Amino acid sequence: MSATAPPRNNRLADQFEAGLDAPICLTWELTYACNLACSHCLSSSGRRDPRELSTEQCKAIIDEFAAMQVFYVNIGGGEPTVRPDFWELVDHATASGVGVKFSTNGYGITPEVAQRLAGSDYVDVQISLDGATEAVNDAVRGAGSYRLALQAMGHLRAAGFRGFKISVVATRHNIPQLDDFLRIAEDHDAQLRITRLRPSGRGADVWSELHPLASQQRDLYDWLVVNGEHVLTGDSFFHLSAYGESLPGLNLCGAGRVVCLIDPVGDVYACPFAIHDTFLAGNVIADGSFATVWRDSELFTELRSPRSGGACTSCEFYDSCRGGCMAAKFFTGLPLDGPDPECVRGFGEDALAARDADRPVPRPSADHSRPSSARPGLPQLPVLSAGPPRATAPAAGPPVKPCAEDPLAGFA
Amino acid sequence: MDTVEAPITSEPASATPVTTAVSPAFDRTAPWRLHPGVAVRPEPFGALLYHYGTRRLTFVKDSTLLRVLQSLEDSPSVDAAMASGEVPPESRTRYAAALERLAATDMLVLHDARTDDEHQTARQKGDP
Repeated sequence: MSATAPPRNNRLADQFEAGLDAPICLTWELTYACNLACSHCLSSSGRRDPRELSTEQCKAIIDEFAAMQVFYVNIGGGEPTVRPDFWELVDHATASGVGVKFSTNGYGITPEVAQRLAGSDYVDVQISLDGATEAVNDAVRGAGSYRLALQAMGHLRAAGFRGFKISVVATRHNIPQLDDFLRIAEDHDAQLRITRLRPSGRGADVWSELHPLASQQRDLYDWLVVNGEHVLTGDSFFHLSAYGESLPGLNLCGAGRVVCLIDPVGDVYACPFAIHDTFLAGNVIADGSFATVWRDSELFTELRSPRSGGACTSCEFYDSCRGGCMAAKFFTGLPLDGPDPECVRGFGEDALAARDADRPVPRPSADHSRPSSARPGLPQLPVLSAGPPRATAPAAGPPVKPCAEDPLAGFA
Repeated sequence: MDTVEAPITSEPASATPVTTAVSPAFDRTAPWRLHPGVAVRPEPFGALLYHYGTRRLTFVKDSTLLRVLQSLEDSPSVDAAMASGEVPPESRTRYAAALERLAATDMLVLHDARTDDEHQTARQKGDP
């Protein structure tokens, strides 16, 4: 974020709510195959889908991105580096002027690969790490995953790859470790990225055990206000903006407006966290092209039209949080035009408590979990304290902006 | 939304009065250019600029500023580019300030200063 040009988030949001001719960037899960079986996997990955797009189909999609001037694509999975043609596709993208940032658990990052990656301006790497210690990480991501990630990070550092990303999904077990993550990133000449845990994919099964406690949400927000300049968030915490000042980013739900997801079989969803028929816009093969789906699908047209804030309209913080995350609401069984389950004013908890027990919570449409990843539950971890309570800690109750108490706040 | 990851700047050149003075370091008589690692995508509201080296995304919310940026390549100076871009004389200080901010984030570089140093800057990925 530039210090010289303060963001005008609401105005930008107005521009983007009607959608763009092409996404700014998009997420492309190249495969559902994965060497790990993380308990919170947002795409329920594990086994390869036999209908996975071929190398030639993938290259044709990349050519479309180039023609649409999609600046860069976030490639994920599954573990994308298990695809034998992965590096061929990365090369095709960068040769076409489409930047690549790919997410990996470290699987494919050998010393030789790290050397090669360090030599390209157009490729960025994001290593997933959900605990600053082996115990916290492996409880969610599986035994050996911490060492795998640290080994890959070591290779990248040794190769001189500056500024690769370390990507953390914030949970109640790792929020007390935020400063430790920052130190790990600094030690590796990397940049920290912290994003929100969504109840998507297998994440739905563990969300209630893992999502940050209300007090931790406040800790996280305060930490991001202090450290946000150097930490990426994927704009995923805009629901926390109701605490006060907006966090860096666009601060709006970009689903179908500026972002979308292409899954391994070419299905196009409104966002990476919404793998469900309700948010399926089309298929790049069946509909002839990605551009057709992006520009003409009924779903995206609807998502780009003005939306009702529903129950949130009367909330004085609606302009800040805009009702929060569509996927988080959907997969916790909440109405899309009501509060986010993690609404900082607590309305989400009320809504969760008031859910109709007879109405089933939607399940993801695609599940590629390996049978072995059906586990009885998470290993129990203690919720660590972030330290002594702050002297200035706000009293329990809804967060309050100065303007909510005094209409002249900021003008005096 | 979780996928727009780049640091974001917006450049509403004419929409907001600029109070900061243009520093002497930004020479309007010099040949500034878009950094070779910057892509420009025109949009109905102006344009998106993306810098592949710094991974910074900038929203240009002003079609006049976009015209000026597009004129830089063939102009001997920022002043000449503003003239080609039909920026009224009374607005040029504001537009120069917007261009200076773009220069501060490495979106613009001096034409005769595209040295190896510049390239090194671009290599520091995501390191604005």
